[in-house]
Amino acid sequence: MGHVLLMSVLFLPLVGALALVAVPRERIALHRWTSLVIAVATFLLSLPLFWLVDQTRSDFQLVVATPWIASLDAGFRIGLDGMSLLLVLLTTFTMPIAIGASIGIITKREKEYYVMMLLLETAMIGVFVALDMFLFYVFWELILIPMYFIIGIWGGQDRIYAAVKFFLYTIVGSLLMLIAIIWLGIYAQSATGQFTTDVIKLRELAPSIPFETQRWLFAAFALSFAIKVPIFPLHTWLPDAHVQAPTAGSVILAGILLKMGTYGLIRFNLDFFPQSAIAFAPLLGTLAVIGIIYGALVAMVQPDMKKLVAYSSVSHLGFVVLGIASMTNEGIQGAILQMVNHGLSTGMLFLCVGVLYERRHTREIAEYGGIARVMPHFAVLFALAMLASVGLPGLNGFVGEFLTLLGGFRSPYLDSWAYSIVSATGVIVAAVYLLWMFQRVMYGPLTNPANEGLRDLTVQERWTLVPIVLLLVWIGVYPRPFLRASAASTSAIVQKVLNHSVPQKVTEVHLPPPAIRSIDQTVKVPTLTERP
Amino acid sequence: MAELIGLIVAFPLVGFLLIGLGGRRLGSEVRIGALASAAVGASFAVGVWLLVELLGRPAESRTLVLRLYPWITAGDFTAELAWRFDQLSALFVLIVTGVGFLIHVYAIGYMHGDRSFARFFAYLNLFIFMMLNLVLGDNLLVTFLGWEGVGLASYLLIGFWWDQQFEGVRIRWTGEAAMKAFVVNRIGDFGMLVAMFLLVLYAGTLRYDEIAGAVMAGTVIPPHIITLIALGLFLGCTGKSAQIPLAVWLPDAMAGPTPVSALIHAATMVTSGIFLISRMNVLFAASPDAMAVVAAVGIATAFFAATIGLVQTDIKKVLAYSTVSQLGYMFTALGVGAFTAGVFHVMTHAFFKALLFLGAGSVIHALHHEQNIERMGGLARYMPRTHWTFLVAALAIAGIFPLSGFFSKDEILWNAFIYGGPWLWAIGVVAAFCTAFYMFRLYFLVFHNSERFDHHHQPHESPAVMTIPFVVLAVLSAVGGFLGIPEALGGAAIPNVLEHWLEPIFAPGVAMLHRGSMHASHTLEYVLMGISLVIALAGIGLARAFYYRESTRPAALAERFRRVYRLLWHKYFLDEVYYALVVDPIYILSVRVLWRITDVGIVDGAVNGIARVVGDIGERVRRLQTGYAQSYAVLMMAGILVVVWYLASHTGGK
Repeated sequence: MGHVLLMSVLFLPLVGALALVAVPRERIALHRWTSLVIAVATFLLSLPLFWLVDQTRSDFQLVVATPWIASLDAGFRIGLDGMSLLLVLLTTFTMPIAIGASIGIITKREKEYYVMMLLLETAMIGVFVALDMFLFYVFWELILIPMYFIIGIWGGQDRIYAAVKFFLYTIVGSLLMLIAIIWLGIYAQSATGQFTTDVIKLRELAPSIPFETQRWLFAAFALSFAIKVPIFPLHTWLPDAHVQAPTAGSVILAGILLKMGTYGLIRFNLDFFPQSAIAFAPLLGTLAVIGIIYGALVAMVQPDMKKLVAYSSVSHLGFVVLGIASMTNEGIQGAILQMVNHGLSTGMLFLCVGVLYERRHTREIAEYGGIARVMPHFAVLFALAMLASVGLPGLNGFVGEFLTLLGGFRSPYLDSWAYSIVSATGVIVAAVYLLWMFQRVMYGPLTNPANEGLRDLTVQERWTLVPIVLLLVWIGVYPRPFLRASAASTSAIVQKVLNHSVPQKVTEVHLPPPAIRSIDQTVKVPTLTERP
Repeated sequence: MAELIGLIVAFPLVGFLLIGLGGRRLGSEVRIGALASAAVGASFAVGVWLLVELLGRPAESRTLVLRLYPWITAGDFTAELAWRFDQLSALFVLIVTGVGFLIHVYAIGYMHGDRSFARFFAYLNLFIFMMLNLVLGDNLLVTFLGWEGVGLASYLLIGFWWDQQFEGVRIRWTGEAAMKAFVVNRIGDFGMLVAMFLLVLYAGTLRYDEIAGAVMAGTVIPPHIITLIALGLFLGCTGKSAQIPLAVWLPDAMAGPTPVSALIHAATMVTSGIFLISRMNVLFAASPDAMAVVAAVGIATAFFAATIGLVQTDIKKVLAYSTVSQLGYMFTALGVGAFTAGVFHVMTHAFFKALLFLGAGSVIHALHHEQNIERMGGLARYMPRTHWTFLVAALAIAGIFPLSGFFSKDEILWNAFIYGGPWLWAIGVVAAFCTAFYMFRLYFLVFHNSERFDHHHQPHESPAVMTIPFVVLAVLSAVGGFLGIPEALGGAAIPNVLEHWLEPIFAPGVAMLHRGSMHASHTLEYVLMGISLVIALAGIGLARAFYYRESTRPAALAERFRRVYRLLWHKYFLDEVYYALVVDPIYILSVRVLWRITDVGIVDGAVNGIARVVGDIGERVRRLQTGYAQSYAVLMMAGILVVVWYLASHTGGK
């Protein structure tokens, strides 16, 4: 039952896409509504997964595995654990909103557009459910095609530059990943006599790869994922892609695509190469901190709203990466929740920018001012998105930020409090850039005559924004279901990393109560061995 | 019984949701205002009910805790959504909802005719809800929820009239003042976040009782960490309670409607810092360094703000600096370990400062939004009720016996003398002189002196819905001090009610200070009391000499001490210094170095450079391209095979 459901969630959008191919392009309404219905249906189908996955277990569930390329032991293998469950739900939740926000906004080549959107949905879900490196790679690359066209065809002025940049950046990373995947298969062959791309087998085998080699594999995967996240300094494709992409494209890009990078870091980098993860943690943590501060400061000075939100993503994803690099329960659970949070609040911010853009066809902050007077309902929703993004307690962003910072603080692998303390200043800058934008766009006098007749939210816009608001509040007030979902799989990974922190007699090592660690203690990992 | 705590919190939340979602559909202004006021009044009533319940219990079991559910749980960390009603939070709940209720009622009159009437009351209810979370929180995280929540409400209400102009340093619109308040507070919140992380790290909990237990155990948290935690929390306090170095936002917060200034920026929210230190008194008491910092910052702020208040001409800004200064007194009290005195002053200050702001609002209302005291004067005969109640509040804040301010301020000064030393006391007395002077400068310039306002409209007394709250607050300002009559005056016959009530809260903290019983003579106390009373009267007398009638004396004095005057007029140039040293450098760094050079120049330049080189190569090998998809596929497969073969042959042996 659950397996069938998972399969249908994965393939329903693809089936929809194929069906739309057969529909003549003149039947615009049919294209629009079919894709919306498919996306909504996929979301509804995905909801029961939340209960079908036993969240107390850390292993993969609802596993479907069929052989594909026998000689390579590459199979069609999919399944879920708590972490991927949340991301699948984020995807199925975001897609109807993205499609709903496109109807009437996208006016050229609508048929192709909706086909691409549905294709994209299957590919994204595929990335999160794939339990086979080969299949993962196929889905990972498959995403590039629709996304490339969504930016390149339906984007803004410099869409071709942005699309090509996006494509090239990503493809460079994924080629490295491909090499690493093949290497892993060969390693499996040497160890067990059978080449394989099976994630469940590889995650058992990979940690025993000698560190000298392992770290290169870690680096190859990490580089590929870092481009996707994006981690400083690999982020410069993001502002261009966001600014040029149509609103729905930005929502998907920020909401889901970036999460594939951080998902990959946890799923493969930490789980496959724990020993390297420990070695790389300070580097990853440092880049995360730089990303948080740098992204926030650069966001602050952007004259273009979309660019501002794009750079804010760099900053927000920095928190996620910090949580991952901490490799603690708090940090990783916070990171997973923060992925969901960022998808919701930044997605909503992009929708809000889109609302303004549709009315004025400009994203220049200086063109606006005093909009709250003419669009009071919009002002409320925009403010909520902004506050969630600022990390106000009671809304979703706070929970994730708090946990990732706490994780960074108590991490035995990050050798200093400085990571979290410096990162925490990011919450100050976040308030600056978002409130300042809000001030200049929504508050103040309505001076620009072009803004005088702006219409408040349409029904369509309300329907795309309000569902997100409900989740912002829900996760802020009662994050338990979301945190519980990722608890078991997180603690399995944390334990795995801990077991590799000191190869000998790890099992007896009891993490010392935090109280014992003194402030000037700089290297923490060795103390684990000193204290049997 | 504890379930009732939920009601206290729920009423304003329901009010907020109803008014926020319903808006104008709820009906007339009066209905909206009544609904909002009733929500707060109901919370007050439940608060009284629970207070009576506590009174019926022995002192050591006067604590009710309502645990709702684990709010944030991950790994070993967990924080519940839970509220705690004990002696300390009971007092704050009653102040918040009691004064809050009066100000809600007042606002029905004050905001009459405003086009966003419903939005205003929705925000006010939101504020009360968040403030209740702040003071009722059973752990630091729930308090933090309220802490940031009141910050949000404050932001929304300061910027309530967001298209109105407002003058401040680099501030032109009220919305910018709101933003400043939020951002400056965020700097403080950063300190609180770090303090919370340290607490989780060392004590493993954010629950107040467990933190106190961990501190009292002595060995769990190393002393220097306790100091760090205390200083982190105190940074948060300097933000919310507008102390040096984060005091700069409060005067600009006066951009909000006057009821907001009365409720949030005088009576309740700005005392959050005092609440937090009181709640964490054990932790603070365990760190003498942190306590010294609190006392020093407190007295410095008290002096700094009082002196600025001497020369300001905006009625609300004078009151704002007065608030900053009075908050400084409270921190001084906490810093010398006189926790009860600090909380006592929170209460009396809530009464008389709310009254002063409401009176100011009444004046502003009567003069059609005139706020400059140089364009007021002679209003006593037009607005008798405003005038008399304002006078009571002014006497109270000046510290005239037997009004409430006398008792609370005197207790602070006395404790400052005993535990902080004569210097601390002396600075406090100087600030008290300034307080009496600027307050009566304000009073005489507004209600006496010549009529300098625009006679186009005749000033009028405010409606009853506004003046009834005056009377209630005036009575409280007058008699509120009797809750804390010092032993020197009351002897054994009249007990110090407040001290007894709060004793179980503060006893552990006081014990932590390891103080022997202090046998200071009553004679000394009488002498000090006399001095501060004389000083206050002197301040009033000087103000009368300068401002009761039109006089050239103030202008002559300002001219003679032009530099000092300029320094005070520009608020010690603190805003300007922050802009020059912090804001502008960061901004310029971000634009020029980070964005233009690093991002666009270096990183993107490198990317595009590589792309160009690759493009050039591609141009040369273009003739290899056939345009047939099959040949690409063949090439790609070949490439992959080469890679696989290479890897296999080089690593297969391992």
